[in-house]
Amino acid sequence: MKSNPKTFTKVKSYVPYHSPCDPCPPIGRKYYSTPPNLYLGFQPPNLPQFSPIEALKRGTLWPVFYDFYENPYKKRAGKEHE
Amino acid sequence: MWSYEKKLQYPVKVSTCNPTLAKYLTEQYGGADGELAAALRYLNQRYTIPEKVIGLLTDIGTEEFAHLEMIATMIYKLTKDATPQQLRDAGLGEHYVAHDSALFYNNAAGVPFTASYIQAKGDPIADLYEDIAAEEKARATYQWIIDMSDDPDLNDSLRFLREREIIHSQRFREAVEILKEERDRKKIF
Repeated sequence: MKSNPKTFTKVKSYVPYHSPCDPCPPIGRKYYSTPPNLYLGFQPPNLPQFSPIEALKRGTLWPVFYDFYENPYKKRAGKEHE
Repeated sequence: MWSYEKKLQYPVKVSTCNPTLAKYLTEQYGGADGELAAALRYLNQRYTIPEKVIGLLTDIGTEEFAHLEMIATMIYKLTKDATPQQLRDAGLGEHYVAHDSALFYNNAAGVPFTASYIQAKGDPIADLYEDIAAEEKARATYQWIIDMSDDPDLNDSLRFLREREIIHSQRFREAVEILKEERDRKKIF
């Protein structure tokens, strides 16, 4: 199932400032989602579709809108799902 | 009028006995950005919005009730066999003294649901922008719950719900496009 070949990323990250006086060890990177709905604008016609069974499982009929979520803080497990 | 199908929109399976998760899930049940707030918000706004997008609000508002039912099922499964002691350990002691293990519309911190969680400004753009924000906030809430949960089956259902938030946000964004469209270019889907 190929969607838009990497015109955007679905997760972004940044490193918040950590002061030497901060009480807790630094979290390092903070992650946030930037799902596909932020990028596509009005949905263009004739996009590729999942099979009906697959679509019911994933929650969307269109691969471009599919965004698997995994807790980014528990070792980015190699589950890219695309 | 509604018709009801006696099945969940997506199967809910819970594999670990962890009533603390029920407490977290309550945020999506009776919280500010929860499914109840979403359903009531959309189904109420649809009376005073241009005709072109009434159907969208009806559809999404209705689906939110299907999500509410899934969340209820999750909470119920996680608490129905818990003893008072287990509920207390899960931080649900206060809930127990008021409700036993009955579900109630409050958020994860026990604050009861209030209509002031939702808005109806009567301005189509303002209302749709609120709806988009509500979807993104619900999406984020699902993420944080998934982050806190290590139940793979529960997370599977939560991921489905999160994906639906993305689609709803997309549709509300499209609704804004429809309402702001100029006459020169007409696109029908």
